[in-house]
Amino acid sequence: MNAPAPATLPRGAEAASTPAPEQDSALAAALFAIAPAALGGVRLRAAPGPARDAWLASLKRLLPGAPLRRVPPTLPDERLLGGLDLAATLAAGRPVAERGVLADTDGGVLIVAMAERLPPGTAARIAAALDRGEVQGPAGVEPARVGIVALDEGLEDEAPPAALLDRLAFALFDPPPPADAPDAARIAAARARLPEVTIPEAVIEALSATALALGVASLRAPWLALQAARAAAALDARDAVTDADAMLAARLVLAPRATRLPAPPEDEQQDQPPPPEEPPPESENQRQPDQGELQDLVLEAAKAAIPRGLLAALAAGQLRAKTAATGKAGAERQAAQRGRPIGARPGALGGGAKLALLETLRAAAPWQRLRPKGPGRVAVRRQDFRIRRFKHHAETTTIFAVDASGSAALARLAEAKGAVELLLADCYVRRDRVALVAFRGTKAELLLPPTHSLVRAKRSLAALPGGGGTPLASGLEAAHLLAEQERRAGRTPLLVLLTDGRANIGRDGTPGRPKAEADSLAAARLLRAAGIGLLLVDTSPRPSPFAQALAREAAARYLALPQPGSGALQRAVKEAAGG
Amino acid sequence: MDRIAPRDPAPDHDMPGSAAAPKPRKRADTAPTRPVFPFSAIVGQEELKLALLIAAVEPAIGGVLAFGDRGTGKSTAIRALAALLPKMKAIEGCRYHCDPDAGCALAGDCRAAETGHVVTMPVPVVDLPLGATEDRVVGALDLERALSQGVKAFEPGLLARANRGFLYIDEANLLEDHLVDLLLDVAASGENVVEREGISIRHPARFVLVGSGNPEEGELRPQLLDRFGLSVEVRTPEDLPTRIEVVKRRDAFERDPAAFTAAWAKEEARTRKRLLAARERLADTRVPDAMLEQAAKLCIALGTDGLRGELTLIRAARALAALEGEAEIGIAELRRVAVPALRHRLRRNVLDEASGTTRVERALAEQFGP
Repeated sequence: MNAPAPATLPRGAEAASTPAPEQDSALAAALFAIAPAALGGVRLRAAPGPARDAWLASLKRLLPGAPLRRVPPTLPDERLLGGLDLAATLAAGRPVAERGVLADTDGGVLIVAMAERLPPGTAARIAAALDRGEVQGPAGVEPARVGIVALDEGLEDEAPPAALLDRLAFALFDPPPPADAPDAARIAAARARLPEVTIPEAVIEALSATALALGVASLRAPWLALQAARAAAALDARDAVTDADAMLAARLVLAPRATRLPAPPEDEQQDQPPPPEEPPPESENQRQPDQGELQDLVLEAAKAAIPRGLLAALAAGQLRAKTAATGKAGAERQAAQRGRPIGARPGALGGGAKLALLETLRAAAPWQRLRPKGPGRVAVRRQDFRIRRFKHHAETTTIFAVDASGSAALARLAEAKGAVELLLADCYVRRDRVALVAFRGTKAELLLPPTHSLVRAKRSLAALPGGGGTPLASGLEAAHLLAEQERRAGRTPLLVLLTDGRANIGRDGTPGRPKAEADSLAAARLLRAAGIGLLLVDTSPRPSPFAQALAREAAARYLALPQPGSGALQRAVKEAAGG
Repeated sequence: MDRIAPRDPAPDHDMPGSAAAPKPRKRADTAPTRPVFPFSAIVGQEELKLALLIAAVEPAIGGVLAFGDRGTGKSTAIRALAALLPKMKAIEGCRYHCDPDAGCALAGDCRAAETGHVVTMPVPVVDLPLGATEDRVVGALDLERALSQGVKAFEPGLLARANRGFLYIDEANLLEDHLVDLLLDVAASGENVVEREGISIRHPARFVLVGSGNPEEGELRPQLLDRFGLSVEVRTPEDLPTRIEVVKRRDAFERDPAAFTAAWAKEEARTRKRLLAARERLADTRVPDAMLEQAAKLCIALGTDGLRGELTLIRAARALAALEGEAEIGIAELRRVAVPALRHRLRRNVLDEASGTTRVERALAEQFGP
């Protein structure tokens, strides 16, 4: 079971020669085509365009004869899992079942367009089908061994639901068109060979260790990486997984999931004890050296593939906000534009009203014996029509923009924090979402993306440090952007700005009070134009004239942070949010 | 109502005056088509496994809530437990798979019971999909028969399918509140009452409710939290050897399910025996007054509302004692179940970060010593 001695490879040599993205993009397509169901799928994050189409076309070439279906994100359950065939039901006068898309695509690939808009419920059902390889359709359990290609067109931190992403092996970000892809015959040969491929223990251990070192919590990730390594071996017509396969799998599967940087490599801290991600050594005997080196190699390979932006973000310690954004996006985008169905009511068709078929038939059913037989089997009259009703989500997202600059900290940052905590309790009662933007130094930062979790809000607030300049304009702008994003998701944003009004950093990060104030006023005017409600809480010791001017420009409610308690503030937010 | 569920062969429990329409159909809804990962082979997750075993021994406990990370094998554990249980006897054709020894709960109305045929079937595990409608959950008018024959007949929902088995709700925290309410009501009473569209029927629906979810994606209302019997916190293992073992076992299972299951068969048989013996022993397991007093003291110290805390604590401790082969509850049992039985019942300040777990542990240490 020993891995081929990696001693012949100079450490990190593999990783250093990072392959061209064209090759990775081709490899991901090829490995996925070998075992779509075992690998779960591919998250393809790219704007629509020729590059994305080329990737999909190459995937299609690799899967001749396999079903390849493309579906919109707003697929009703009847179509996804199977349900009533409307036309056939009316013609036959009895419910006629129709197979769902998942069962129909058995053995193939389901392409989900605009996956970032996928409702969490639909994602949960697709995830269940991926887990089980079958669906509970209208006619019983049907096989549904599918792979998913999630076309992710999200902007910024929009992302497909986490429940789905967790199950997809690969994530490609703006992949170039694949270069020198293998042909379909080679894929088919690899598929036939797949069950024979064995995996050395050392590879399992190396991939698990790498996942842990990169802060990948889910246990699905190392397992998916293992499947990818196995497919890679089969693609090369080998019967055993090699170190190179493991490194490839780490690069393609584990690297995009990294949430933290691994501890610095050994050579930089030779006289220190081994880094914590190493398994407890010594007790394991002769295999130990090989294994450790393989782990390093695999880790290096994964590290080399981590996108540069992520590295910078991780290094800058913005980890919390980043992971939260990618990990939580699913639940947050749950409010569909049309709202939740809440049953049906009698009504006329037309004007966009949706017929609730079952309710309509149900309403017609008791009358069938009394009504003269028409040409069809069911006599449905106008008064039987039931149309679907949707409840519109009037959820509110309260966005706190907190001035954490030096001047504010000096004045009353602690009191402002206390006030925000009071407001948070209030948001809990109303089941609002809350988000936290802080600005200090030269820029604003999203500390907490919109969430229902009050504990997280409190935690990130408590961890908020103070100091630096007051980039008020940037803070307003960041809050405004977030508010627009929330509005697109169908929620009502409400801004609460806590500042002492001493803006001294301009929008572009340059110091200077006049420019900073002009920029802030401009940002405030934009807020008013967008019609976003703002409550400005002045935290300066004495009411600041500039803060008052800012409130006027933004058509905001102005409130000087009351001395000494913060009860009045709470009342004010209640009023601003309409009780 | 979105879908037509597969219909069962015998048209029993009809409304009076309905015409029978025997249409033999293959029953395909509950039989798992894939082998299930063995319960004993699950690495770690001791608290979850114990809670599930307790719930299987004593269904009156009122369900298990598993909150925690994604990809930790919650759903695997539940399916594995159901597969571990011996196949159950059921009246053939009964839509609620009633126990032939107990007789159909709808005696007199149930035509299937008269035939007296008995079939064995695996213990059902029913998934409640997110976004399920009330119709689909509680049951509704049988549309097919209403259309084709103009009769009112009841089409059972997921609750009927889950009778005598498990009902699993993934992401229970994202489920609409009224549905969770309804489920908890039925789970507590063991009976589903349907009053709608001119249908009036009650049928047995005794099942172990298992909910799961990730608290970071939304919290469950406290009223609902309190009604789950046990709550467990599931975390992904952080240590490397455990994680490697999980991946290895999963890989071994996926590659050759039959061989893997066979390798674990002995261990499974042992767990099964322990579980069945505990069920037998449960009624005879004594609860000394001193322990009742201790339980009450603990709940008073923690300030739990109502008596549900004490009741669950005692029931869980009794089930645990039965599992351990003890004749009566001792302090050790109380201590082991106190955290899962009580941590979600504490009155809490939404902003208080001290988790229920630490508060219960603190109270335990004060009462019983470290």
